[in-house]
Amino acid sequence: MNDLVERLQELLPTLFEQTGITLWLVAVSLLFGGIGGLLVGTALYVTRRGGVLAQPVAFWVLNALVNTIRPIPFIIFIVALQPVARAVLGTGLGTNVIIFSISIAATFGIARIVEQNLISVDPGVVEAARAMGASPWRIIRTVILPEAFGPLILGYTFATVALIDMSSVASIIGGEGLGAYALDYGYRRFDPVVTWSALAIIIVVTQLVQGLGNWLARRILRH
Amino acid sequence: MPHISITDVTKSYPPRRRGGATVVAVDGVSLDVERGDVFGVIGYSGAGKSTLVRLINGLEPVTQGSIQVDGVDVTSLSGARLREVRQGIGMIFQRFNLLRSRTIRANVAYPLEVVGMPRDQRRARVDELLRFVGLEDKADAYPEQLSGGQQQRVGIARALAAEPAILLADEATSALDPETTDEVLDLLARVNRELGVTIVVITHEMDVIARIATKVAVMEQGRVVESGATYDVFTRPQTDTARRFVRTVVRALPDGDALVALRQQHDGRLFTISFTDEGASEARVFGALARAGVDFHLVHGGVDDIQGRVYGLLTIAVRGDDAAIRDAVASIGSGVTITEVTA
Ligand SMILES: Nc1ncnc2c1ncn2[C@@H]1O[C@H](COP(=O)(O)OP(=O)(O)OP(=O)(O)O)[C@@H](O)[C@H]1O
Ligand SMILES: [Mg+2]
Repeated sequence: MNDLVERLQELLPTLFEQTGITLWLVAVSLLFGGIGGLLVGTALYVTRRGGVLAQPVAFWVLNALVNTIRPIPFIIFIVALQPVARAVLGTGLGTNVIIFSISIAATFGIARIVEQNLISVDPGVVEAARAMGASPWRIIRTVILPEAFGPLILGYTFATVALIDMSSVASIIGGEGLGAYALDYGYRRFDPVVTWSALAIIIVVTQLVQGLGNWLARRILRH
Repeated sequence: MPHISITDVTKSYPPRRRGGATVVAVDGVSLDVERGDVFGVIGYSGAGKSTLVRLINGLEPVTQGSIQVDGVDVTSLSGARLREVRQGIGMIFQRFNLLRSRTIRANVAYPLEVVGMPRDQRRARVDELLRFVGLEDKADAYPEQLSGGQQQRVGIARALAAEPAILLADEATSALDPETTDEVLDLLARVNRELGVTIVVITHEMDVIARIATKVAVMEQGRVVESGATYDVFTRPQTDTARRFVRTVVRALPDGDALVALRQQHDGRLFTISFTDEGASEARVFGALARAGVDFHLVHGGVDDIQGRVYGLLTIAVRGDDAAIRDAVASIGSGVTITEVTA
């Protein structure tokens, strides 16, 4: 027992550091992927048939793109994207490549979540805004997005948890973070204390993210 | 010049599925709405009423025909020019369509933001509008905290914010209980009277027409089958559809089982008397019958208020000899139609 405590104390600085890396990785990817997903998801919603900027061709292209990229398992996606990362970032390895890959994968994953949340907006309020003479762009900005804000927060919470999951495969391209630490040190060096410690932190972080998301959404939805 | 002039307008929707049939929602409709009218459009579900109003403010493009609003052909407009026309036409909806993400105040301010009114002026205007609809104490509430009737009053305030000359109301009271319906109809009548706004009211309830519409068009399968001054359509409906709608408000002539029951309960001959306010009053009709010495009593019907005017449709059972009855009927005079119920 004393051994375990001692061991944990020894691991603590590294765990702390790796947690920081994971949070940074997820936060930056969420920023890029979140914005990208918002743009693509909103574009999907407004260009669909009956949308405020209905554009069947644009919708078809976007829809096909999302459908193609989204089902690719992330671990394969990362490897496949390596040449692109090399061209853009000058390297195919490391934490920045992970951020790059997660951001792109998240853009398409989040796009669907955004689209689905926007579809749930009452078409009546969009019609009302059109009847008042609002432009499509104004309707997107002042009606569609604000009306979907609560569900969007829940969607982004869900996406954040998925991003934490994605970040754990970082080790295959030399990235860092809790997942990589658990795999490289816990799994490959048969150190279950590392694995379980990393796991415990991931669970705590996930719970915190979900709790924060639920709380925010409740406030916005005035439940 | 009519305020809204609809000429030979057709709207058809392409088939939903390949090989399906084209839906002709509005089929060759022509209508003129004069400035200051409260123009009712009534019809059963699917008649094309909503489609027709949505063509007026260009929410849908027409397939054929033209619509002039204030002399401007809206069917030829698009983009910014069309949006400008819409800013001058208010619209209210069956389900109110208030923004849940905004307070009542911010909902009413929305069209003012659209027309680019500065913030400080917006506030004063919103206060004024909320006072007009009697909801100044709800300014900071959210839509779901209000009753249906209150939400519709907010809808009306919002529709009036940018001072439109026209208000389109699509089933504005259909989601409300009778009492709240009255409240909203009163408000619409006030909007028309005090602000001079031309109103187009879409409904499937003849009662709504009787209460506020000065003119009415009856729609069926995309066509206007009958139109005219509300009182005339009520007192002299020309089509079966119009008659059926009239019957929902005016206590109908007895027929079928009701008539059989009446015949069993009353001996003597049955007559129906219909009178308008241009002719005799109920009292004069009964007075004339009494003076002629015929024995009669009222067995069915009543007197209704259409647009503040009287319309009676009564069935009486009369006993007496034929000559006396003929004299009595003749002595009542004009404005009254008496027909014997023979069926
Ligand atoms: N966007 C659309 N696409 C295809 N068909 C449509 C569309 N909108 C309306 N229709 C059809 O046009 C016809 C008229 O519909 P509309 O909504 O105008 O009727 P309504 O008189 O308003 O009926 P209700 O009282 O039910 O509101 C219906 O047959 C309807 O199915
Ligand atoms: Mg309708």
